[in-house]
Amino acid sequence: MSAPEVTVIEDIRPLIAFIAPLIGVIGIVWAGEKRKNLRETFTFLVATIQASVVLSMVPLLLSGGIIEFKIWQMFTHVPLMLRVDGFGLLFACVASLLWIATTVYAIGYMRGLHEHAQTRFYSFFAISLSATIGVAFSANLLTIYFFYEMLSVSTFPLVTHMQDKEARTGGRTYLGYLLFTSLCLLLPALSWCYVWLDGGTVTMDFLADTGKVGAFSQTTQIILLILFTFGFAKAGIMPLHSWLPGAMVAPTPVSALLHAVAVVKVGVFCVIRVYSDIFGVQVLQELDGEDWMIGIACATILISSLIALSQDNLKRRLAFSTIGQLGYVVLGATLATEQGIGGSVLHIAMHACGKITLFFCAGAIFVASGKKYVSELRGLGRKMPITMGAFMIGSLSVIGLPPLGGFVSKWYLVLGALDRDMLWVVVILLISSLLNVFYLLPVAVTAFFRTPETDSESGIEEAPWPCVLPLTLTAMGCFVLFFLTDPLLRLVGLAH
Amino acid sequence: MMENAIAWILIFPLFGSVACAILGMTNRKICYPIAVLSLACALWAGIETLNQLIASEEHTVAYLLGGWTLDAYPRGVGIELHADILGILITLVVLGVGLIVSVYSKLPVQEETPGKEPLFYTLFLLQVTGLAGICLTGDAFNLYVLIEVAALTGYGLIAMGSNRAAAATFNYVMLGTIGASFYLLGVGYLYIKTGTLNMVGIHDVIEANGLADSATMQVAFVLIGMGILIKMAFFPFHAWLPNAYCNAPTATSSLLAPLVTKVMIYVMIRMVLSVFGVEFSFESTMWTDVVPWLVVVAIVCAAVMALAQREIKRMLSYLIVAEVGYMVGGVWIYNYYGFIGSIFHVISDACMTLCLFLGAGLILRKAKTTHFDGLRGLFSKMPLTMTGFFIGGFSIIGLPPTCGFFSKWYLITGGMVSERWEYMVVLMFSTMVMVVLFFRLIERIHLAVTESGQNLGHGHGDLGLTEEQTRFDEGPLSMLIPLLVSASVVLIVGIYNQDIVSLIEIFLDEFNLPRGEGH
Repeated sequence: MSAPEVTVIEDIRPLIAFIAPLIGVIGIVWAGEKRKNLRETFTFLVATIQASVVLSMVPLLLSGGIIEFKIWQMFTHVPLMLRVDGFGLLFACVASLLWIATTVYAIGYMRGLHEHAQTRFYSFFAISLSATIGVAFSANLLTIYFFYEMLSVSTFPLVTHMQDKEARTGGRTYLGYLLFTSLCLLLPALSWCYVWLDGGTVTMDFLADTGKVGAFSQTTQIILLILFTFGFAKAGIMPLHSWLPGAMVAPTPVSALLHAVAVVKVGVFCVIRVYSDIFGVQVLQELDGEDWMIGIACATILISSLIALSQDNLKRRLAFSTIGQLGYVVLGATLATEQGIGGSVLHIAMHACGKITLFFCAGAIFVASGKKYVSELRGLGRKMPITMGAFMIGSLSVIGLPPLGGFVSKWYLVLGALDRDMLWVVVILLISSLLNVFYLLPVAVTAFFRTPETDSESGIEEAPWPCVLPLTLTAMGCFVLFFLTDPLLRLVGLAH
Repeated sequence: MMENAIAWILIFPLFGSVACAILGMTNRKICYPIAVLSLACALWAGIETLNQLIASEEHTVAYLLGGWTLDAYPRGVGIELHADILGILITLVVLGVGLIVSVYSKLPVQEETPGKEPLFYTLFLLQVTGLAGICLTGDAFNLYVLIEVAALTGYGLIAMGSNRAAAATFNYVMLGTIGASFYLLGVGYLYIKTGTLNMVGIHDVIEANGLADSATMQVAFVLIGMGILIKMAFFPFHAWLPNAYCNAPTATSSLLAPLVTKVMIYVMIRMVLSVFGVEFSFESTMWTDVVPWLVVVAIVCAAVMALAQREIKRMLSYLIVAEVGYMVGGVWIYNYYGFIGSIFHVISDACMTLCLFLGAGLILRKAKTTHFDGLRGLFSKMPLTMTGFFIGGFSIIGLPPTCGFFSKWYLITGGMVSERWEYMVVLMFSTMVMVVLFFRLIERIHLAVTESGQNLGHGHGDLGLTEEQTRFDEGPLSMLIPLLVSASVVLIVGIYNQDIVSLIEIFLDEFNLPRGEGH
């Protein structure tokens, strides 16, 4: 996705953005449970440092350069290398900016519920974010695999945070799916590329080796495509999606940032990387079995939306909605047109902002009232107007109405489908938008327009301000993203 | 002294053990410093030899003991120390593990076998001498002698353990002796046919006289192969291993578990490549067709048996059996990457097994049990120990950047190059079993849930334990530091894998192994 002529600059900033949270962990552990405020200050500080380092690279990227940093020679031909291009930077910006919001939110949420082991929570949170940035800035397949595994393992303590039976089930599903796919599908695919791509001297680089897969036979290419698509199970493509609803046992800040933004987006990010930078648009379009992948993505979108309709637990409903939205991103990648891939990249950012708002709201409702189910929310809109208002905005953005961010990415996805003359894909996009309306809007509508059954809940008011502030900001972010479309498009190389 | 460094590698621990035996009679406390010191010196000599090796043109260092000469054809019979890069790498592993364990052993030896320190350290140092000697000797019969030195001292060390250790040792003696006899018989055949016992000499005669089709040589190959497979606890010859390692004293199992099986893998590679030669081993025998399938059975069975265990040390013992399968498979899938994988896995498996056994020793000391039920809350009680232990565990699973990832990577690549899909699939299978094993352990430590799924706490991270049971309480530094050192070695070997692999490549380049090119 990089522009033809790029200036490559050696710079340590990507490494700083990756390392900063890891160093922050030392501070977090040192401060510990006894100095809560100091510990949270560290988290906030590290998040801010990471975000500002990431943002500081934006001007350079907009002017058409890329940044590289080689960490260590891992195999004879393959180094562990970081590279910042527009796509990676966009994802890194989203993740690190939303981490700041989540940090504030987590303070309100964790303290509001008097959660245990908060030091462990903040530490592994920082490690996960470090791994996320690592994935965003990876320069080749093996590097991305390293950080991908780091993310799987470091989120396990967060998923099992409650340490009870439910957490065990969720954690087992989580790791079972993620490690099974990465070790049994991804690793052979990587090894295959390492041995036979380009006669064993391949670097698996995203920039230099695009399209070399085309030298394999069609069957091999299809097998590789399947291994890669399902190997990155964090992308939540059906039938390998069950880990995501299972992971909802985690505290809401984890669900919000990791299971709506960081972890799942790492999955689709990797899929896009493989599609656009390992296979390349041309190779993919000539591949016969590729239509099937489009079909699988579409099926994921529709089925998950239908399941979401039937979920009463708010977080589970949002989780299935996420699976559907991830399907959009993968769909854009499988379309293998410039517009389609651009649309998926944008959708990573747009959906992140919308969905994190929704999760923040779900958590705020839980903190303020202890309610988890959609059917319990009657009349809550009058008691928590800001939260439910933000929920409304987030819903509209995920559904894809202007002037909200979600509209832009869906627009480009439709353009991508039209480029390939696939009208049926457009139809599916429309149907799924309708389904989005059906499962998201009733939540806010119930809260605002239905009267509560009893009056016993008069004590409920808005959640503490650290919870409400971030969700207000991210809701506003949905508007801002709509108006930032132009620089975003320039970043991902759709407009020059 | 510098040019004889290769001899000093063996002299330091050998004389150290004699010193322990003599001086220990008057002062028991002097044995520990002697052991640590002599192993540190030996390690230094080993590094010195490695430097000489890299500097020399042929990448070998030879040393003839007793002033005989190599002029005759075939090479005569005498004691020759003959180190090439493979031999010295494994020697360094042996010495490194020996040194770390000797530092670690101070308290366990005092507490588990009080009053027997001189005996323990004498055997300990002899054991290291034997293992290092196996890696350095250039003579097939000396190899037998050194295998027996290592085995006999091993029996003694294991028998010092708990009540059940005697029975376990007896089992080990029987199987170990059978294995050694097979080997010796094979060497006899070799001597009849070639007229020499020197490894290089045997290889020269096989090459010169075209003995590849000789029935005698085939029998010798099978006998030696069988002997080695029994000695390395290749399934189904593994029966001696789990009991022996579980009932042995902590320090003993920490020394034997990482080394004994791995050194026998080295012997196999040495026999296959340097003595019989690539052509003989892979072209004129059927082992390349059969052994990978035996490996599949071995890994599956060992992995399943490991799953059935409810006790850390026993589980680790079965893991060793599975890992032996990995390395045997890496050799017999017969290609360049498989060999890199096998040799690198010998090194990395020694590091991670050491890490796990040291960790298990510390857990046993503090929690008084290594049964799964007694582990809850150990993360808050001994965070450093558990971190070290699980770095070893992640390495067994094969998560980057631990060394286990890289060896597994080369083994998988090897399976792919030779198109031995059964070997690849079984590697994946056992990887998943390892994931289950170690994350199940993490669950048992981290969660307030019994195995049957009953909640023990009252939510909010209540583990159902008293304040006392979860308070920070790490093991003694003399045990903790070796554990953390070995955990960092696991990471460092992973991070600097290229340096080690390039050495292994120098060694392998002289053999004409298939690389799977032309695809």
